[in-house]
Amino acid sequence: MSRNEAKPRMLANLFLPIISLKRRGSSGWMVIFGLIIVLDLVTMTLVGPYIAPYNPSESLAGAPIKAPPSLQYPFGTNHLRQDMLSRTLVGGSIMLQVAALSVVVCFLIGVPIGLFSSYVGGLFDGIVSMIIDAVYAFPGLVIAIAIAAMLGPGVINISLSIAVVYIPSYFRIVRSQVLSIKELTYVEAAKAIGAKWYTILIRYVFPNVIPSIMVVTTINFADAILTAAGLTFIGLGVTYDIPDWGWDLTNGRNYLATGAWWMITFPGIMIVLLALGFTLMGEGLSEMLNPKLQR
Amino acid sequence: MILMGLRSYIATRILLTIPTLLLLLSAVFIIMRVLPGDPVSLHFEKKADPELMDAMRHTLGLDKPLWQQYIDYIGGLIDVGYLLKNGYPNLGKSMQTFEEVGGQIFSAFPATLELAIYSMIIACILGILLGVVASKSYNSILDHLIRGFGTITYAIPVFFLGIIFQLIFGVYLGWLPTGLRISPNVEPPATITGLYTIDSLLEGNLFKFAESLKALLLPSLTLGIILSGMFVRLTRTNMLETFRSDFVTAARARGLKERTVTLGYVLRNAFLPILTMMGLQFAMLLGGAILTETTFSWPGLGRYIVNRISFRDYTAIQGAVVVFGLFVTIVSLVVDILYAYLDPRIRL
Repeated sequence: MSRNEAKPRMLANLFLPIISLKRRGSSGWMVIFGLIIVLDLVTMTLVGPYIAPYNPSESLAGAPIKAPPSLQYPFGTNHLRQDMLSRTLVGGSIMLQVAALSVVVCFLIGVPIGLFSSYVGGLFDGIVSMIIDAVYAFPGLVIAIAIAAMLGPGVINISLSIAVVYIPSYFRIVRSQVLSIKELTYVEAAKAIGAKWYTILIRYVFPNVIPSIMVVTTINFADAILTAAGLTFIGLGVTYDIPDWGWDLTNGRNYLATGAWWMITFPGIMIVLLALGFTLMGEGLSEMLNPKLQR
Repeated sequence: MILMGLRSYIATRILLTIPTLLLLLSAVFIIMRVLPGDPVSLHFEKKADPELMDAMRHTLGLDKPLWQQYIDYIGGLIDVGYLLKNGYPNLGKSMQTFEEVGGQIFSAFPATLELAIYSMIIACILGILLGVVASKSYNSILDHLIRGFGTITYAIPVFFLGIIFQLIFGVYLGWLPTGLRISPNVEPPATITGLYTIDSLLEGNLFKFAESLKALLLPSLTLGIILSGMFVRLTRTNMLETFRSDFVTAARARGLKERTVTLGYVLRNAFLPILTMMGLQFAMLLGGAILTETTFSWPGLGRYIVNRISFRDYTAIQGAVVVFGLFVTIVSLVVDILYAYLDPRIRL
């Protein structure tokens, strides 16, 4: 098998699951449905600032405090006379930034280490695996709390503290795949024609790992969103000034006893929808790639 | 492969726990001490007098070189004399109250344990029950509904579900308390195990038992439902796979009742992976417990951490993280041993 032949076939394999989504029955529909939810919410967050009826961070002079939903304020107002609809429209921005950044960091660290470590094997792989497994077994939120508490607020800091928690997922999935791929005959063939180890890893092994990484990435997005919301809930969030679903939900809880359900429900449902979109994509993809592999 | 007995398996497994534990403790130390951010200046938000900050560094031993601090920290944890004298390991002193962190954690721990146990029971019962029902009605509407339940529970932040429950059952219906382990009007049972439901029974006080159960219901239901999704999925898949086995067909061919086949043959064999999952889920449960405790003002370890965060009490945070780590390690050790006991193949 020459290099030129091998490459297009692998690329086709990579996109095949997406092309034939609809033919894959219920799992294909799960992916499509999840994708629609996510794209909708991302679009909403992007255009939110332009279509919001009021300034989301402004205390509206004429508005009542904690007003229930009405025609004028369809999602009600909060304790600062801010319009909840406007806040809900723009409130995904921080959460999406944090999730995207932490996923990128996880990917850039977890995948190369996973590829290299499992390809090299031996003592190095043993030690790295042991460290990663120790992190993996630890409650993720506790690690994120410890790091976030030390690094302080800010999008980058919060993203990093979440990234540390999910690097092991990438490492583990890559490792489990590479361990079987590296024994295949085409890798042996590549070695025989004198390919360098990094050429083998990048051109022959990596493309075959991508589908599994896609599953981990989507699930990771959902987890990162939930962890970011959790950190905000216990007071380690990014900031207080910018409208954010996590912060609105946390804050609304203080007024629970007054029965102001609208302050909690709308931001909460947005977080659930966003996480659900990614979870559906992840579950659908994972069923398509490997019907027996159930997370 | 060498055949090993159960006893030598347990010994090896315990020995392997030591490096894992050391690794974990070192990771916590690196995060809390070596990463940028000096606990003392963070604690005072850089507003205090430098002399005061130096005095605090000295009291807490933070002015020593890092390697010395590391040795003190690990040494404190393995100081058996201290452990026997106080009943808890030496985790240093709080930056806020200068009390022993170990003691504070020790008194908060039973609340978390009680919440964790009841949540786990709810998650297992709900998850396994729904999983069995879904696998029996494979590909029907019921099956799809149950799978949908599993997916949604994965996507709901545990505190959001808790807040919704508080709103419905606490604020609107007024049926259940929305916080604390027992109503403030009721004297808590005398501490024997620290678990209110057990202590009140030991005291023979059924009223207190009912009260503590009432307080437990919403928090453990919240955490239990969130965790049950995993069990639903796992039970369903394993049941479906086992239903296809030859021995199930054989059991049916012998004319056994479907109920006997499902519970006695299929569920029994699908149970081992579920047991492993229980161990793994314990870690997730503890993460969820932090948020649940904050939602329900539950005075456990999670709420302790959150409180200490607001005081910027870094030594206390470090201590609590270490205890979480110890707990997870012990649980996974117990699960592995249990697994080996139940499934002889593991010992090979």
